[in-house]
Amino acid sequence: MAFDLDERLDESRRVGFFTDTSICIGCKACEVACKEWNHVPDDGLEFTGWSYDNTVKLSADTWRHVAFVEQRKPLGHQEPGVGEMDFRWLMASDVCKHCTHAACLDVCPTGSLFRTEFGTVVVQPDVCNGCGYCVPACPFGVIGKRESDGVAAKCTLCYDRLGAGEEPACAKTCPTDSIQFGDLDELRERAERRLEQVRAAGTTSARLYGHDPGDGVGGTGAFFLLLDEPEVYGLPPDPVVTTRDLPSMWRHVAVAAVALLAGMAATAWRRRG
Amino acid sequence: MSAAGMSPAGMSPAGMSAGAGMTTEAVPMSQTDVRMDDTAGVRGDREATPGSAGRRRERLMVPKADFDSYYGRPVLNEPTWRAPDIAGYLFLGGLAGASSTLAAAAELTGRPRLARASKVGALCALGGSLYALIHDLGRPARFLNMLRVFKVTSPMSVGTWILTAYGPQAGAAAATGVTGLFPGLGRAATVGAAVTGPAVATYTAALICDTAVPAWHEGFREMPFLFAGSAAAAAGGLGLLAAPTAEAAPARRAALLGAAVECVAAARMERRLGALAEPLKRSRLLRLGEALVLAGAVAGVSAGRRSRLAAMAAGVALLAGSACTRFGIFQAGMESAGDPRYTVQPQRRRLAKERAERDLA
Ligand code: SF4
Ligand code: SF4
Repeated sequence: MAFDLDERLDESRRVGFFTDTSICIGCKACEVACKEWNHVPDDGLEFTGWSYDNTVKLSADTWRHVAFVEQRKPLGHQEPGVGEMDFRWLMASDVCKHCTHAACLDVCPTGSLFRTEFGTVVVQPDVCNGCGYCVPACPFGVIGKRESDGVAAKCTLCYDRLGAGEEPACAKTCPTDSIQFGDLDELRERAERRLEQVRAAGTTSARLYGHDPGDGVGGTGAFFLLLDEPEVYGLPPDPVVTTRDLPSMWRHVAVAAVALLAGMAATAWRRRG
Repeated sequence: MSAAGMSPAGMSPAGMSAGAGMTTEAVPMSQTDVRMDDTAGVRGDREATPGSAGRRRERLMVPKADFDSYYGRPVLNEPTWRAPDIAGYLFLGGLAGASSTLAAAAELTGRPRLARASKVGALCALGGSLYALIHDLGRPARFLNMLRVFKVTSPMSVGTWILTAYGPQAGAAAATGVTGLFPGLGRAATVGAAVTGPAVATYTAALICDTAVPAWHEGFREMPFLFAGSAAAAAGGLGLLAAPTAEAAPARRAALLGAAVECVAAARMERRLGALAEPLKRSRLLRLGEALVLAGAVAGVSAGRRSRLAAMAAGVALLAGSACTRFGIFQAGMESAGDPRYTVQPQRRRLAKERAERDLA
């Protein structure tokens, strides 16, 4: 729980995703594989006109979401070949971050959300009563409440597959290995190496996102190599687990409650008569 | 390690047909077995370095926009809480909690009719609260799953237990107050409800502030006081509405005190939040709420002293004002969650500040 912010998950047993967006080709195979494996209902087929993105965002019915950003910016020192224009096309497959300090898990009043033995965060749909608290608590806009059955849903990091020694469906299907699954500490090392490589190749805007255990959510189990600022991809630049301030909130509430009690008593101070 | 740029031609629809679960072979967990070179040790595709092919011609840079977002979409998911239920609950919970305290204060100082009215009002508001809370659940039948655990990290869990302690006492206080049966039990329940009531009225501030919704979260220092003030004003309003003027002095004072605390807390919050306060400042409901509460409180202590009719009008204004305030806070929060600016810009500012401090050190 977030009250113990020094809590460290057993990092040696923790698994996660490293999503290297620099090699994402936007094929959406991860979206399809996730839906197929997890029986995620359809999330509406709408044409948005936002490049190739028609799934729009992560939600109860979208557990992998590929973002498409078209920019008039150079990609490294490469010639884009689209006339007199600079151009680069950013694609990134977003997913639940499986935060070290997960707000959704902290605020869940039924204990439906729990931390698995793999260090991931999973909803138990048979326990959830659809209170919806986890939805505004998540600083990344990941988890949602399903209209059809009224319970919360999000990426489970394929909890069922992990138990059987299989990697999650999205990582398995990703044709470029943009989505890499593995032990978190190994992934972090790999990501550092990859960052150096991409930067050395000329894409100096590359950066890692979510890899730092010192950030506001204690680092994420699913982290990314991005080619631009996080907000360009719809990610918060400096997410903080909301429960970090909860001890202070409770103190303020306690003072206000005592003040209310005292104030009401004071209003009746003089006996009637 | 040849360079394959991210050219549009790389988007082959063939990739879409690769489904999961098609491969049944057991493989080491962290690798895929689908690769061109067939050796798991060499990660061919993974090493492609985008942007490294050739040399581009120099051209003018496009100036950076001062605010980036993904097609203007919010970063956060919209809260699924419905305004009539949850904003309604913020109001009713406050009314119930503060009324119970007012009831005890009235009873212990010899004002039985104010006490009785407040107890009945508290019970009705509590009933409305429970209805709203359960109605808002995706699975109302699983309401009791809330009682599986006690989590101090979840204000909703803590609140459920507070209501569990408060509810029966408020019920017993009202029942004994109306029927006159079991006076000893009634007195104990009245005092018990009076002590737990303020917790009911103020924990709801932690409930909404303990989210990523910018206007709620950042307002957590003032929100409990704003809610306490609003609750006191509502309870005072109910007392003015339902109790005879001769007994309503505590209600009048509670209304005045509550209105003052609410307005001061709201003003402080708006000042402290800076740009984040825009949705609060824009809110007509909040302005209306403040105006009604202040007018009701002033009318209560002036004309409401003499005229029963004026007291009742003041009471209605106070109740309506308190409700407007809660709906206004609720809506301002929803608005702040729906605009990526309110999520991204304060975080950007925080990062810039941290960087500047690091550079100075
Ligand atoms: S990203 Fe959101 S839903 Fe996923 S673990 Fe973190 S807080 Fe929970
Ligand atoms: S909606 Fe379900 S998973 Fe989310 S906080 Fe409520 S009970 Fe927990």
